[in-house]
Amino acid sequence: MNLRPRYIDADKCTACGLCTQYCPRHLSDSYNEGLSITRPIHIDYAQAVPATYYIDPDACLFIKHETCQICVPTCRSHAIDFSQKPKKKTLKVGAVIMSPGFGKISEETLAKFGYGKHPDVVTSIEFERMTNASGPFEGHVTCSDKSHPKRLAFIQCVGSRDIGCDNGYCSSVCCMYAIKEAMVAKEHDPDCEITIFYMDIRTQGKDFDQARIRAEEQFGIKFVRAKVADVMGWGRQIKLTYATMDGEHRFEPFDMVVLSVGLESPKDAGKLAKIGDFDLNKYDFAATETFNPLATSRDGIFVAGAFQGPKDIPESATQSSGAAALASAVMKEQRNAGYVVKTYPEEQAVTDDDEIRIGVFVCHCGINIGSVVDVPKVTKYAGEMENVAYYSETMYACSQDTQEVIKEKIKKHKLNRIVMSACSPRTHEPLFQETLKDAGLNSSLFEMVNIRDHCSWCHAQEPDKATEKSMDLTRMGVAKARHNKPMPELTVPVTSGAIVIGGGAAGMTAALNMADQGFEVHLLEKTAKLGGNLARVKSTMWGDDPAVLLSDLQAQVKKSKNISIYTNTELATASGFIGNFSSVIATKKGKKTVEKTIDHGVIVLATGGSEHRTKKFMLGKAKKVMTQLDLEAKLAGKAKNRAPDSVVMIQCAGSRGDDLNYCSKVCCNQAVKNALKIKEINPASQIIVLYRDLRTYGYAEDAYREARKKGVIFIPYEVKKKPAVKKSGKSIVVSYFDPILQDTVTTNPDAIVLSVGIVPDGTETLSKLLKAPLTADEFFLEAHVKLRPVELSVDGVYVCGLAHSPKPIDETIVQAQAAGGKAAMPLVKGNVKVAPIVSEVDKDACIGCGICTAVCPFGAIQMLKIGKKRKAETLAASCKGCGICASRCPTMAIDMGGFTQDQINAQITAFGEM
Amino acid sequence: MAKTKDSGSGSVMVVGGGIAGVQAALDLTDLGYYVYLVEKGPAVGGAMAQLDKTFPTNDCSL
Repeated sequence: MNLRPRYIDADKCTACGLCTQYCPRHLSDSYNEGLSITRPIHIDYAQAVPATYYIDPDACLFIKHETCQICVPTCRSHAIDFSQKPKKKTLKVGAVIMSPGFGKISEETLAKFGYGKHPDVVTSIEFERMTNASGPFEGHVTCSDKSHPKRLAFIQCVGSRDIGCDNGYCSSVCCMYAIKEAMVAKEHDPDCEITIFYMDIRTQGKDFDQARIRAEEQFGIKFVRAKVADVMGWGRQIKLTYATMDGEHRFEPFDMVVLSVGLESPKDAGKLAKIGDFDLNKYDFAATETFNPLATSRDGIFVAGAFQGPKDIPESATQSSGAAALASAVMKEQRNAGYVVKTYPEEQAVTDDDEIRIGVFVCHCGINIGSVVDVPKVTKYAGEMENVAYYSETMYACSQDTQEVIKEKIKKHKLNRIVMSACSPRTHEPLFQETLKDAGLNSSLFEMVNIRDHCSWCHAQEPDKATEKSMDLTRMGVAKARHNKPMPELTVPVTSGAIVIGGGAAGMTAALNMADQGFEVHLLEKTAKLGGNLARVKSTMWGDDPAVLLSDLQAQVKKSKNISIYTNTELATASGFIGNFSSVIATKKGKKTVEKTIDHGVIVLATGGSEHRTKKFMLGKAKKVMTQLDLEAKLAGKAKNRAPDSVVMIQCAGSRGDDLNYCSKVCCNQAVKNALKIKEINPASQIIVLYRDLRTYGYAEDAYREARKKGVIFIPYEVKKKPAVKKSGKSIVVSYFDPILQDTVTTNPDAIVLSVGIVPDGTETLSKLLKAPLTADEFFLEAHVKLRPVELSVDGVYVCGLAHSPKPIDETIVQAQAAGGKAAMPLVKGNVKVAPIVSEVDKDACIGCGICTAVCPFGAIQMLKIGKKRKAETLAASCKGCGICASRCPTMAIDMGGFTQDQINAQITAFGEM
Repeated sequence: MAKTKDSGSGSVMVVGGGIAGVQAALDLTDLGYYVYLVEKGPAVGGAMAQLDKTFPTNDCSL
């Protein structure tokens, strides 16, 4: 590992920003895509982690030319250190995860779209910075002549689906971000007319189509299916030339053109592959296998994120969790060997009888607070308050040395409450709580007052009033601190073991991963056999055989000592909470049902889905009308005429606003795959695919291109003019509108194949059993669509596979591995930590009305029978501390830890005192 | 990867500190491993830190 110096001591730097103000050299700001100017000594953005400035050695006058050094004396914490040298470090690790991300599309490719020639042709990343409130134009989209664009165009597939620049694949994210950017632009300026030029809108992700519909219907964004042929300057505007489906050539002027750039492999992919000794695919992304998508060709090196292939944030996060789970499985012998656990001195007891001794610190935060608020005045004011035993100003309360001072003062003055009037608790409260713990005080004895965001920043023009408000807030903080009590950090022990519901590809993969990590798994399958949909899929687009995966998974699951398999079994009841579930499973044995109770820590839902056999298009009424899976079975058979001479495939049959609201993600790939299979067996076969948007995202675009090359005809249709299957005399015919002929065509093929969607299985029952929310389409709803894609809002319950949303096999496997990793976390720890901000019910005051149980969104309050009376009780491990219960309790029997009625009343009373 | 104890010290290296790398690192620590998160730039966050909002909810990206 080569460590480059940042020339700034991270322990000393307080990120005040003075150095940047004094640095004399200008530098194009790469974080803002060169749209603004920064200095060689800078930080990319305020929220950067680590929050330490750095010096760009290629731009710094001292490092390049040994002059200047102006920054050194400006730094009040003496953090600038030009003596730092590059270092080499060798590490011994058990596994490696490669997640270097993606690279940029070359300027040469962008130049084909006028980029570099016309200043108002910008990339989507540049546009992203423009719309950002903290970006170079403070959120105002600005043309080169400083005007705001009134006509805006997005051009899709720049550097994607383009063999001209060797990127034959689809980048899978651009349609989504273009829609997002267009909507944001429209929010900023509702009068701006926006057109998106596209080939196919590939919003195949969970609930993504809804956003596209919203963009069109609510925001009035125009979608035009056309490949832009030419981009050229037209006065101060830009003229786009394009041809629409009806064969007409048009041109239109725009004020600004945004290029929706694709994702390319990272620039140093080759170097990384060489160092790591693993293979790349033909597009220079990490090469992986369909059934093992996160393993590189080298054992112990895993891959996650866009380096595995272009993908969006939730899929990257899922892959990361999956890769972590795989690394955890190969390294389970070494678990906790390198893990560092911080220890604290014994906690000093603070009781109600002890004298209240408050220490107040008021922070200047460099000039951040001090230049507006009269810090000495606030400090002096605090010193006069009752119970304040110590008070002081600090230049930077968060700096390492001040932390030591705080610890020393706590001991010297026997302080038992600390009030910090400084910046935001959101960023700094944990740091100060740590300081208290280091000094032997309970972290709940800390109180933070935000006089930066709430005073110096927002009232910068009125320093007197800002100071007055700082005094008010500090007084309120002290008043609250008087009522702060030590609160124990609760831990609840975890029962090891997991229940995985569903024995398909997802369930078996998740179970195996957890078993490999060393945990006991109960795998429930409601049918008599493991396998789920895997048994019906006959091939993948890449030529893999799902039967091999199936037999492989079955063998491993059966062999594993950690997995107990229960077939013909369903979950009957589940009670408890994360780490402490007690479930009854019901197994059908002939006519009898046998029940068994299992205590376990976590639940993984992998209940799968099945083909939606629509009643439309004469499916089930005519022999030649079939689904893609029916066709797949036929093609895998031995019949001579299994590959029909003429086929019409109808995409989105019953999907996307028909029987089903959503896109099922896999059907386009399935159609292309089966079309290629037919062509392989019967090259003369005439295949027509009627589609809305052909969604062969990622590398599947290659197969789409191959199918077209082999003569498969793809014809788009509009929702308003859907194809129809009907009886005509004795035959069953398909009629559709051909956009090139501009007429309706009727044909009588040998087979009519419907690409039907996928519906979830049994989610409704489980949702009720586990209080796990569902989407409108009855898939399980994850806790956070971007960042917690496999966790549910009910702690200890995880989801993967088709139960989450329709998806292909490789994505199912990744998601199952991710769920295995996430579900293993509480089992690894052996206990669940509960933050002390949870609700507590005063049983004497509780009248057992049950309102709290009804309003709790997390199922964290249960009703108990104590004697003959009903009483509420909080399940601390499930409580998220939202406080809804406390606000609704008619007898005020519920208090929130750290925000009790006493504390809040004291604060409000103090506000009124002057 | 050899499953012997001396093949490492219970630690994993994650190369790249974008959303994928950061998520992998966080998960590995929750699974009981020490992580070396290696990032070539001055801060973690990668491309996601440049984004204004995220699709489809328009949540803040930072």
